[in-house]
Amino acid sequence: MTGAAALLWACWIGLGFLIAALLLTVFRLVRGPTLPDRVLALDLVTTLALAVVVLVAILTGFYLYLDIAIALGLVGFLSTTALARYVLKRADARRQEQ
Amino acid sequence: MTSDVQLYLAAALILAGSLFSLLAAVGVVRLPDLLTRMHAASKAGVVGAGLVLLAIAVVSADSAIVLRAILGILFLALTTPVSAHLLARAALKAKEIRALSQNTAKPEQ
Repeated sequence: MTGAAALLWACWIGLGFLIAALLLTVFRLVRGPTLPDRVLALDLVTTLALAVVVLVAILTGFYLYLDIAIALGLVGFLSTTALARYVLKRADARRQEQ
Repeated sequence: MTSDVQLYLAAALILAGSLFSLLAAVGVVRLPDLLTRMHAASKAGVVGAGLVLLAIAVVSADSAIVLRAILGILFLALTTPVSAHLLARAALKAKEIRALSQNTAKPEQ
């Protein structure tokens, strides 16, 4: 097997693993007993989508996809931070209601 | 051009990275508590995505791509612990999780 064929196989097997991981994480996102569990699952979905985008960049040879991956990581960090603040605010609002 | 050694190395990195990502997802599904799930997601997830980013740095012959991939790894390794810490702190203050021991950790302060 040449190097290029090995890389192609590794990309497809890696995509299979990542899709399985995404399905498992979406299960936790739907099931998650509390809100922080769902936020955590969303954060992991963003990281896994970043890995998928990088694999697509290697498969197709369009290295511009790497910029999309970096932007996705940035958006994921911002959204997790905002949702963590929302968890805090929601708890404060509930405490004032009581 | 990329040599055969680079291609084999990139293939190994891709397999390792996607396996780490799968392990992170299995941990998020199987572990019993929010903090243990966070431990799986924020460590194994970063290693998985980081190894795949390292693979694209190895396989591309362009120095700009290598720089961007290393920038992405650094950014991921800097931001994920911060967001995990913020989420754990918010969950503890919102009393969504119990403190491990009443003597050592007080969520009120």
